[in-house]
Parts: sequence; C-alpha cells; structure tokens
Amino acid sequence: MFARVLALLVKELLAVLRDGRSRAVLIGPPLLQLLVFGYAATFDLNHVPMAIYDQDHSAASRELVAHFAGAPAFEVVARLTSDAGIDRLIDSRQAALVLLIDARFSRDLLTHRPARVQAIVDGRNSNTALLIEGYANSIINDFAIGWAGSHGGRPPEAVLVTRARYNPALSSRWFIVPGIVALLTQVVTLLVVGLSVAREREAGTFDQLLVTPLRQIDILLGKGLPGLLIGMIEASAIIAAALWWFDVPLRGGVGALYLGLLLFVVSATGIGLMISALAATQQQALLGTFLFMVPSIILSGFATPIANMPGWMQTLTLLNPMRYILVIVRAVFLEGAGMATLWPQYWPMAVIGVAGLAAAGWLFRKRTI
Amino acid sequence: MPPATEPAPAGEAVRLVALSRAFGSGKLRVAALDAVSAVAASGAVTGLIGPDGAGKTTLMRLICGLLRPDHGRIEVFGADIAGPRATAAMQARLGYMPQRFGLYEDLTVQENLDLYADLRGLPPDERPGRYGELLHMTGLAGFTARMAGRLSGGMKQKLGLACTLVRAPDLLLLDEPTVGVDPVSRRELWEIIDHLTGTAGMSVLFSTAYLDEAARCDAVLLLHQGRLLGAGPPEEMTAPLAGRVFATPVPAPARRHAQARLAAMDGVIDAVIQGDGVRLVLARAPTAPSLDGHALTAVAPRFEDGFVARLRGDDPPPARHLPADPPAPREDGAPVIVVEHLTRRFGSFVAVRDVSFSVRRGEIFGLLGANGAGKSTCFRMLCGLLPASEGRLEVAGFDLRRAAAPARGQIGYMAQKFSLYGDLSVRQNLRFFAAAYGLRGTSLRDRIDWAVGEFDLAPMLGGNARDLPLGFKQRLALACALMHQPRILFLDEPTSGVDPLARREFWRRISLLAESGVTVLVTTHFMEEAEYCDRLVIMAQGAVLAAGSPDAIKKNAGGGDGATMEDAFIAVIEAAATARAA
Amino acid sequence: MSARRRLWGLLRKESLQIWRDPSALAIALLLPTVLLLIFGYGVSLDARNVRLAIVVQEPGPLATQFVAGFARSPYFQPVLFAAIQDAEAAMDRGDAQAIVWLQSDFARAANAGGAPVGLLVNGVDANDARIIEGYVQQVWAGFVAAHGGGVISVQPRVRFNPSVSSRDYLVPGLIAVIMTLTGALLTALVIAREWERGTMEALMVTPVAMREILLAKLLPYFVLGMGGMAGSVAIAVWLFGVVLHGSFWVLTAASALFMLAALGMGLLISSVARNQFVAGQIAIITTFLPAFILSGFVFDIASMPRAVQIITHVVAARYFVSILQSVFLAGDVWSVIAPNAAALALMAVIFLVLARAIARKRLD
Repeated sequence: MFARVLALLVKELLAVLRDGRSRAVLIGPPLLQLLVFGYAATFDLNHVPMAIYDQDHSAASRELVAHFAGAPAFEVVARLTSDAGIDRLIDSRQAALVLLIDARFSRDLLTHRPARVQAIVDGRNSNTALLIEGYANSIINDFAIGWAGSHGGRPPEAVLVTRARYNPALSSRWFIVPGIVALLTQVVTLLVVGLSVAREREAGTFDQLLVTPLRQIDILLGKGLPGLLIGMIEASAIIAAALWWFDVPLRGGVGALYLGLLLFVVSATGIGLMISALAATQQQALLGTFLFMVPSIILSGFATPIANMPGWMQTLTLLNPMRYILVIVRAVFLEGAGMATLWPQYWPMAVIGVAGLAAAGWLFRKRTI
Repeated sequence: MPPATEPAPAGEAVRLVALSRAFGSGKLRVAALDAVSAVAASGAVTGLIGPDGAGKTTLMRLICGLLRPDHGRIEVFGADIAGPRATAAMQARLGYMPQRFGLYEDLTVQENLDLYADLRGLPPDERPGRYGELLHMTGLAGFTARMAGRLSGGMKQKLGLACTLVRAPDLLLLDEPTVGVDPVSRRELWEIIDHLTGTAGMSVLFSTAYLDEAARCDAVLLLHQGRLLGAGPPEEMTAPLAGRVFATPVPAPARRHAQARLAAMDGVIDAVIQGDGVRLVLARAPTAPSLDGHALTAVAPRFEDGFVARLRGDDPPPARHLPADPPAPREDGAPVIVVEHLTRRFGSFVAVRDVSFSVRRGEIFGLLGANGAGKSTCFRMLCGLLPASEGRLEVAGFDLRRAAAPARGQIGYMAQKFSLYGDLSVRQNLRFFAAAYGLRGTSLRDRIDWAVGEFDLAPMLGGNARDLPLGFKQRLALACALMHQPRILFLDEPTSGVDPLARREFWRRISLLAESGVTVLVTTHFMEEAEYCDRLVIMAQGAVLAAGSPDAIKKNAGGGDGATMEDAFIAVIEAAATARAA
Repeated sequence: MSARRRLWGLLRKESLQIWRDPSALAIALLLPTVLLLIFGYGVSLDARNVRLAIVVQEPGPLATQFVAGFARSPYFQPVLFAAIQDAEAAMDRGDAQAIVWLQSDFARAANAGGAPVGLLVNGVDANDARIIEGYVQQVWAGFVAAHGGGVISVQPRVRFNPSVSSRDYLVPGLIAVIMTLTGALLTALVIAREWERGTMEALMVTPVAMREILLAKLLPYFVLGMGGMAGSVAIAVWLFGVVLHGSFWVLTAASALFMLAALGMGLLISSVARNQFVAGQIAIITTFLPAFILSGFVFDIASMPRAVQIITHVVAARYFVSILQSVFLAGDVWSVIAPNAAALALMAVIFLVLARAIARKRLD
C-alpha cells in the first residue's frame, strides 16, 4: 500500500517537474509576484502629492509647512496663491491633499484661540482620504503640542498618546506580506492539483489508473501529496523571503505556523482535487479553479477586513480556508500567538480539507466521461 | 532542378521538388519530410499512403500553404506557391479538408454550408443549385437542420467534403478522410471521389493509412518516416511480387499458430491471416508446391504485400525460433468474461443496447465496429470504468465496478491512443505501472528488465514517452499492461495508426499470449484484424449485429470463399439497415 | 464585396456559436454581475462597529463626558473595563480592536492641561488600525473643542466622496478588475478553441484574410463584453447606490476603449498559445492578480515604490480604474480622463496589432 502510494507520488512529482515549462510556472511567477506585490500591496502612504495654500505667511505657518514637507508620507508639489487652483489640482489628481492655512493662523495661535487650518482631501479613494486625514491630523497635533510647549499657553485638556500593539510602526507591509504567503501558497497548490485529474482524464491515463488495483484512497493520497509537498516547500520559500527580505518579524512558534499551513494546504488540495475530479476537461478544471480562487482571495480578509462585510457574507466566508490561514499567519507572525489560541482556526480547515478530499475520492469513480 | 520559369508539363497538378521540413529544435529536431520529390497528375486521384508519422499531414499542409518548407519547392498547376500572393492565388483554386473535417459542430449542416459559401465567395444566386447538388451527392438533404456535432462519423466526413466543394476547386486535398469511418461510408466516399475526377476533371490528393485504399487510386506516393518509398500506379508496387504471393487454407483452431510458425520461417517476407487461411509473401519463387506441410496456391499480390516487402527491403526478417507445436486444445471450461443484456444510456441516448456475449479462457475476442458503434462504451463498462444501466457483467467472476481492488490485479489494460505519461521517461512509465500493480524489489527490477528485452525498449529508455514514435508507444503501452502478468487483457484500438510491420509484430505477441492461456478482449475498426480473433461481435449503433467466429460470420453474411471480413461487415450493416427500413 | 460577405459570414457564425454555447454567455454576462454582487457586498474598508475597550480607572464626571463621545459615535461599540490588564486580555482574545485608557489621575491632569489619554490599537491590520486611530482622533477633538478648544482646529473637507464611504470607490474599481477577467477569458479561449478543433486549418485555406478572422472574433465579444459592462454599471448605480457624477457617454466611450484593450490582450494570448489550456493559464496569471493589486483599485499606486509604479503602466486596468473612479465620483474631469483614455487606446492598438502580426495564416 505504502509502496504504491509512493510510486504514484513519484510519478506525479516527475510529471510536474520534468517539464521545463510547468517547472517554470511553479517557481518563477510566485517568487516574482511575492516581490512585486510585497512592494505594491501597501496601504501606507508615501509621497502623497499635496499642495499648500498659506494665506498667513508667518513664521508659525512656515513651521507647520515644514512639518508637512519633512514627513515621508507627503510630498509638497505645489504652492497656491489663490482659491482658484484648489479644485483643479484635486480634480486632476495632481494633489490628493490641499492644506489651507487661514490668514489669521499665527494671530490666533499667539492669542490662544483655536487657529484654523483646512484640509481638502480627494475622496475618490476613500481609504486613502481617511488615511491622509489621519496623517495630517497627527502632524498638526505634533506641531500644536510643540508650539504650546515652546510658546507657553494652555495645552488641550487631554492629549492622545497612541501606541500600536504588535506593529508599532503600523507598517501595512507587515500585514500584507504574511497575507501574500497564504495567497501564493494557495495559488501554487491549486495549480499543482487543480488540473491533475482532469489532465489525466483527457490523456486517458486516469482510466488506466482506475483499472489497476490501486484503491480510491491510494489515488487520493498519490494525487494529494504532491500538492501538499510542493505547497509546503513553496510556502517555506515565501516565508523565508518574508522574514529576510521584507523583514517581517516572526514572533510566534514555527510549529503553530506550520500546523496552520499544513492544514491550509490540505484544505486547498481537497478543494483543488474536488474541482479537478468534477471537471471533464482541463478547460473546465481551469475555469473552476479560477472561479474558486478569485472569490476566495477577495473575500478572505486579505485586503479588506471580513468584519466590514454584511452578516450573511461573513457566514459565507466560514467556508473559505483562506480566511483561517490569514488569521493564523498574521497572529503567529505579528502577535506571537501559540497553538492553543488558534484552535478555532485550525479545525475548520481540517474539516474543509477532509470534506474536499472525500468528495474528490468519490468523484474519481462516480464521474464518467 | 528545373528552373521555375519552365512551363509545367500538361496534366500536372502538384510537383514537389526536394521538399524537406523538420519540426522541433536543437537535438530534438526531427525531419517530418526528407527531400521528397514527386508529381501528382491532374484529373486523377493520387494516394498519399503511409502509417501515422510518415509525413502525410505535413505534406498536405505544405501544399496548401499552411506550412513553409525548410528546403525545396512546391508547384501547383505549374506555379510556384512560395510568397503570400502566390499562396493566395493557389488557395483560391484549392479545396482542403483537414483531419476531423474542419466542421463547426455547434452549427447546423446548412449553417456550415452557408459559412463556407460566404468564405469562398459563392454568389448567392448560384447557391440553391449548388447546395442541392452537394446535398444530393452526399445524401445529407434530409439533415440540413441538424447540428454537425450530432451527425455520425460518415455523415460528418461527407459534410466536410461538401463544405470543401462548395465552390468546385481544381485541386482537392483530403487528409485522412476515412479514419474511424465505417466501411459503408468509406465505399460511398470513394464513389463521390470517382465521380468528381471522372466528370468534373478535379485533381484529388488523398491521404490514408489504410493500405487497401491504395488500390483505388490512379497513382500512389508511398511515404514512410518522411521519405518517399515509391511512386507510381499501385499495380507497379505489386508487380515484382508476381508469383511470390500465396494463400494456404488452414482450419480455424490452428490458423493463428500456423501463421506464427510460417512468419518465422526462412524465406518468408510476410505471413498474415486472411479469409480461411494464411497469406504468404515469399522472398523468391518457391521450388516446391508446399511449405512446412502447407499447400500453396498462388494469388494476385495486393498493395499491402508490396508495402511490407518494400519496408522489409526484400530481406526476409532474420529467422526466429519457430514456435513449438500448438498446445493441447484448451478445455472449454467456464467462461472468463460474461456479458448479459448489457445496456448503457446517456440521457435519452442509448450507447449500448442489450449486448450479450461470453469469452472463454485463452480466447481472443473482438469487438468490431466503426467510431461511435458503442464498442468503447461496452469496453469501459467491462473494465469497471462506467456503470451499466442494465444487465449483468462479470470478469473473472467479478463485477469490476464493485469488486475489491485486488480483483483488478488480474487484468491488464491498454487504453485508446496508448495512454502513457508523456512527461515521464520510458523507464519511469514501466516502473510506475509495475509499482501500481504491487511489484517491488527484485521482482520489479526483473520485470522491467524483461519488458526492456522483450519489447526492444533499450534505445529509448531515457526519452520522454511523449516523444516516442507511435510504434514504440504501442509497445511500451503493451509492456505496461503486461508488467504484472495479467490473466485477462483488455485492448482498446491497440493498432490504430501503427504501421503494418508493427501491427504484425503486435498480433504475433497477442497470439502467443493467448496460447499461454491469457484471455484477450480487443476492440478494432480494422476489418482484417478481426481475422486474428477466435470469435467476435460486430456492433453498430450500440447493438450487436452479428456474433461468432470470423468464418461463421463471413458464411452467414453470404460471402463466398474469398470473402473478406470487410465484405461481411458491409453485408451485415446493410442487412440491418434494410431490416430497420422494413 | 466578397470581403464584406466573408466578414458577414464569419460574424454570423461567431454569433450563432456564442448563442449556442452557454459558457460564453455565462462568462460575459453572468460572471461579472455575480462577482460584482458578491464583491460589492463583501469588499469594504470602512470600519464600522469597532469593538473598543475603554479603561476608566477612576470614574468621574470628566471621564464620563469623554466616554460619552465614543458611545455617540457610529463607529464604536465601547465596552468599559476597570483595569488595563483586562482590556489587554480582551485584545489578545480578539474581542477588542483598540483600547482607550484613562488613567486614575485623568481628572486632575486634565485640569492642569495635557492629560495623557492612552490609545492602544491592534496594529496587525495596519490599515484598520490607522482608520480606527482617525476615528478616535475625531472623538477626542470633539471633546477638546467642547472644553475650551485646542491649539489648532482642523476642518477637514473631503471632495467628491463626502461620506468617505469606501464602497463608492471600490465598486467602480471592482468593475474594472472583473471586466479585465471577462474580456481576457472570453477571447483567450475562442481562437485557441478553433486551433484545437481543427477548424482553423480549414478557415485558413479559404480566401479569408487573418484580419477578417480576428475582426469577426472581436466584434461579437465586444458587444457581449459591453453587455456585461452595462450590467455591472447598472448594479453599481441601482443596487449599490453609487452616484454617476460624470456623463454616461464618457463612461461608455471609456468602457469601449478598455474592452478593446482587454479583448485585444485575450486575442494576443490566444494567438500565442493556440491551446485552450495554456491560453487559460496565461490569462489567469496575467489578468486577475495584477489587476487586483497593481491597478490602484485598493492599493494606492502613488504609495508604491518607483520601480513597481513603472510596472503598473502595463496593466490596462490601472487606466480604467482611474477613469471609472473619476467619472463615478468626480464627473467628467478631462485632465484625468484624456491621458488615461489615450493610454487605453494605445494599449488596445498595440495588443491588436501584435495579435494580427502573430496570428499569421500559417501553422509555423
């Protein structure tokens, strides 16, 4: 039994790895995508183009402007001298923020009245707009506290002292890159197993397998293990890149992470094999894989939080293995979570995996032509 | 090489000058055509004959401008076709029917015709007349509203032809139009072609792997492994064999054994089972009227004799050890395979209808029929790949669909198109199938060594199975199916597309296996191969039309002594059609 | 004359095939609307009902006033704790996304000015954390203003999307991502299918020109794709209530350009691959993830490193996302639309010319 499964496993691996093109598809794009997406997928603001309309022209207003100019999040691209240019700059996307400093800015500051500053933000990308507001507020607050300290006057009754747990610099790369680990692991696993049955069906070799004394479970293991193996290896490579290239800290245990990855790859393998066994042709398998992959990524919490979805859709995501692995990967990387707290994430993936594999095994024989 | 400006001799449709074309790159570059020079006469049917991989399709595509030659030159009606303008001018006079007929299966017969009429610029006012003519000629008049995908193989072939002829071309290229088509449709196609060349003066280039079709051509170009082996009227190919071809009657039980013995004898170029005896081609005219105790009757040589003789280069194969006397007659015990009232439906379509037969141990049993006759569906049910809708089936006492896995260890299976793992090497394929059947350690190594020796696989051991020539693929597929020494062997179209020598070799092995007690179930659409079977059934449209030994089937069909299996097949099919019409 | 008849014949054939093959109709019409429905509901960056732990170590009137600000806010679901340890434990359990911590001397320090209020956010999802921080800042600023004001008052004004609802910008972006998929999948498979079924060979020996074959492939799928596009826009406007500020005709014209680029890319893939399987694989690798991540649909292109920004220029969806966001949220802003439309047109031309150059009437 073991020898037969081993023979199947070796055959599958050879079939995937002997062909230069499929080898290239498995190794090249994932690593390239990790690099590009690791840099591209960021919610952090860098060099946001902004314009300044300083109506005050005082030492104080210049100091405030200097705070903005010095912030890495912003890049001052224009200085305005009238109201007229504001809308044009924003409309044409030349500036995402226009800071309008009131003509009485320094006078109000010196007389301890609230000095007025207007922030006009491009709301087309609402997320960026909110972030710009937040960044601008922080800079202005820093300036205000500094000003109160050096020029006397009563500071506000309460000041906010913000600290971020787990990700002190609030770098969204720390959030996204572990997510990419899960994302690419899924893509690779699906590429390996999603087509394997359909391809053999088309070539006629699947019939040949079915008439050998191999049992369903042998074929299932033989088909599933290569995906598992390649998925885990690829995941390890991507984790290594996350740790040493993107400098994401790994605070939790490797055991907790790998248990999660293992279960995740099992569940992806199960679903991939199920799709593959259901499809009559490679093209159908490809479309099926794709139709599973797209929603599973978009509705996983990878880029947008699950908590923001309507209730019924949150329930729907319980079927998505990616939802669980994202929690695990991020919790282990950034929060240092251990196995004990992650149980609620582990078992659903195991259930999905077993269900998918069982369905695939059943379909091997049930599905004809 | 004559200069291009030289006027073409009258009556020349196609001239090939030192034509070469290779595919692949680097070390893997393989010549599909190697310096082929030939001429096809106009107003005649020129057969392009050779097994799969001989270069027929490449040559067709070169002539119709779909490929460019690496070297050499093509002239069609005297004009060189190189260059886009010349190619376009040539294509305007050309009709080409590719393999699989180039039909849109999701369009109706009429829509297919309309499309090709639009593409070929047939003026609307000429259409009704032309359509009527074509539909009448092809017998499709009653089916204009049917989807092309729902036509039978023979009807698809005729529709493909009608689309090609929608604006009568001067030169008609047909690439393997008779593959997988039943003999009745083949016969009808030839009648159409004779009509086209005879009355319309069309030039036809016809490629086929069926050697018996060569006799119907005015001239043949014989291709083998990219080389032109011979050219000329078919009679020229067989003329040198006059006086060297004989038939000898052998009664059925010993026929296969006698054939194997004769084939291995010194001075015998070819020995095949035909009709009620063995057909022999000898290296030189015999000195005695008998050979190995068999009386020789001279017969007219046929094309296949000439082809095999040419391939063997008139050198008889080296003498092999002669098979011993036939084993003791097998006891006719309980049947190994039993099929009773087997029916399979796909929705409302009945693919197999109430089929019953049984196969005894050590028998070679054939399922004979055209594509779509239901033999593959039958076959898949026997292997347990497809559940039966109704009826009972048993293989070695099991229903393989429900039996435990070890029961499947008793059967060997060779799928259509020699399904192998193309990305795996020959050795890896052997190793995988041996391991899948539970062999390991020394027995696995011994068996692989056996397969490599027995099937001459040593030179190809490291190469990918995908890149093997077809004959090698077939050998490898059989080797894989035999790794575990099965008691029952299922063979699905095991010889399709393979050259005649490989087919002879294949049947030699199968005969030996049957003699050693292996039960063999085989599907085929080669009528002459049915002669190798002990018993067979002829299937059409899902039902069994005739069953019994080849001799019995031929006799029942009303053929005389020299009747071939194909005659019998056509008689059976036509009788069934008449019965249905009545 | 005969050229027009050939084209007409091919067009009729393509249309019949589309009509009879449910998969093409499904990809063109069903896929985009279903995906948009799911994603439109599923994708949102707005933090609502943030589970906020508030630690008040010493209750008092001032602290109560401070807490009341959070209770009034639509963004928060505050839960009170007496000790910071309990709140941190709640955060570790995932029950609290942020903690606001008023220490025991809050009232006294506030009277002196500058009382520190601790804000502890879970930084794992940095984006969520920043948004929560912004909301807390708003509540805090309200509190400060009510008690005699701070040093500087910031008056934010958001142009185009005053409610800063992320759906209004994500839905137009989603349309672009989904149509990228649809366009490429539609055409990537159709030419490859002709190769596989052997019908291309039969076509190529007729007098038909390659550009006629390509044109006949392009036009019906263009109509289909525009149909899918119209369905998506209808869902965006009527179901998700995204207001179309710009003109319908600008939207249509931009969509047409984008559709040409997307279909052109599909045709190119299809001509290169000649095999449905490989064509599908290329289409998947080159369309979905790049359009998702590199188009500026969720991740702001301006914030990417320079090298990655350059890469985004080959993603057609990038230009379309930009146009869609402007046309929907801002109106016909020609300074945005013109250059992006020009880029789309250029890409369409390049793809189509390349497809034409590669798809020769020969097999080699």
